[in-house]
Order: sequence, then C-alpha cells, then structure tokens
Amino acid sequence: MLPNFCNWLSNTPISLKIQTVLWIIPAVQTVHILCIAIVISTMAMLDLRLAGLTGRSQSVSTAVSRWVPWVWGTLPVMLLTGCILIIGEPTRELMNPYFRAKMAMLAIVVAITLFVHLRNKDAAYWEARASTAKLAGCVSLLLWVGIIAAGRWIAYY
Amino acid sequence: MIVPQVCSWLENTRMAAAIRSSTWLFPTIESIHVLAVTLVVGSILMFDLRLLGIASRDRSVTDLHKEILPWTWAAFACAVVAGSLLFSSDATKYYENGPFRFKMLTLFLIGLNTAIFELGAFRGVSRWNTDKKTPLPARLAGGISIVLWILVVGFGRWIGFTKQ
Repeated sequence: MLPNFCNWLSNTPISLKIQTVLWIIPAVQTVHILCIAIVISTMAMLDLRLAGLTGRSQSVSTAVSRWVPWVWGTLPVMLLTGCILIIGEPTRELMNPYFRAKMAMLAIVVAITLFVHLRNKDAAYWEARASTAKLAGCVSLLLWVGIIAAGRWIAYY
Repeated sequence: MIVPQVCSWLENTRMAAAIRSSTWLFPTIESIHVLAVTLVVGSILMFDLRLLGIASRDRSVTDLHKEILPWTWAAFACAVVAGSLLFSSDATKYYENGPFRFKMLTLFLIGLNTAIFELGAFRGVSRWNTDKKTPLPARLAGGISIVLWILVVGFGRWIGFTKQ
C-alpha cells in the first residue's frame, strides 16, 4: 500500500520537477534547517527554564508565553518544507525507519508543547508543579536532539 | 602551497581513517555538527533580532548579550570541533569544494562583522541599552549577521550535493 503510494507520488509532475531541478532540494533543506534552528533554540530556552537551569529572572509563565509562539509560527514552514522534500523523494523518506522515528518523536514533542502551553493559561500552574515542568523540559529537549539526529540519519539508511 | 599538503597529511591520520571506514562515526559526528549549528544560528538570531528592534524589545541588549551569547559560543565550539573531524575524513575533497570555500569565507566575514560590532557599537551600549530602536551600526551588524548565517547553512547543505 505505502510502497505503491510512494511509487505513484514519485511519478507525479511535481515530484519529477523537484527531482530534476538541481537546486530545489538543497534550497528547501536549507530553509528546513533554518526553521529547525529557530524551533530548537527557542525550545532550548524554554526547556532549560522549565527545568530550572536558566533564565530564572523570568517566571515560567512569562517564558512560556515568550517562547512558544515562535514554535507555532515556525512549525508550519518546517512542515511545508518537509512535505516538499517528501514529495521529491517519497520512498527515501516514508519507507525509512529513521524518518518514522523522527515523526513519532515530533508528534510527542508537539503534544508536550501544546500541553505546556494550554496549561499556562493559569499563570501559577507551572510555578506550583516544578517537578512536572522539569520533566517536560528535559524530555522535550531530548526529543528535539533526537529529531535532529534522526533527520540526519535518514540520509544513511 | 602548504594547504594541500596539510590536507593530505590530515586525511592520512588514523583518526581520519577511522571516521572514513566506520559506518556510524560520520553520521553521528554530522548529527552533532548539525545540532550545534542549529543552536548557534537560532541563538544568534535572537540577539540579532533584538539589535534590529524586532524581538525581545522590552529586554536590555546587555541582558540578552549575557544570557544568550555564552550558549552561542559553546555551541559554536562544538560545531567547529565536529566540523573539523568531518573535514579531516576527506580533507582534500572538502578543500577543493567550492561551496565549502564559500562557507569558510562567510564564516570569516561573520568573524569580521562580530569584531566590528563588539569593538565598535557595543562599546557604547550603555547609551542605547534599553532603546527599542538601536543605532544604525548595531542594526547593520544584526542584519548582516542574519544574512551571513543563512548563507553558512545554505553553503553547508550545498557541500553535500557538490562534493565529489
């Protein structure tokens, strides 16, 4: 089923275009990496604050509302550029275990970030739950590191 | 020229041979390199956007300088170490690669831009530390830095598509 879909997708005009125009994939990858740079850096600031390691001059609540919007703003561009790369090389991505691991980690980290963000409507929520905040911060930072590593390993499968 | 000789010595070291012959060393070092680069670019972007008066406008420039740039430097050190290891594995080919040379040139320009900012506009930061609109030299430094870092990522990615 999925292999057939990959096959079909890689023969569509748009996929053929991406495959044959030399600069499209590196250019789109560059934008993709720049998006990841923005997301991981803002998430690192937030996660380290959740874990209580940096930026203590600001409350957790302020840190969440300062950093999370950058993630939601960048994520669509990241997904769009990611989709272009998938359309260009469907089999290389969709049939790749590193790609699948990357997507699983992405889903978890988005869920954690959404949870942290939604609960932050009550400004005192995370102040009162320091150990949960710490756990969320550490796990999400590790997941981002895993996402970047898995992303690079896709090329070596 | 001494550079080609250094390159051929470097790629014949045991370390370089180990990176070349291993199936997992190169991708692992590369992952560390990419992770470090994303942290450098993302964190420097925060500072540059403050210099441009676009983000963190309610925070003083010196606060951000103290809070962010040590992370940038630490990540940059990791990127340089990991990048040097990757370079050593196939030094001559990297040295001969056009995008690699452009990347190094761009990094040199970034160093120049940073030095001009730190030794110039930033010396008088106390006069505009909390201003939302920073002086022109500071805005220029921020804007130039963003453009050059985007080029570094672009050339870096381009290496993988052009290296023989």
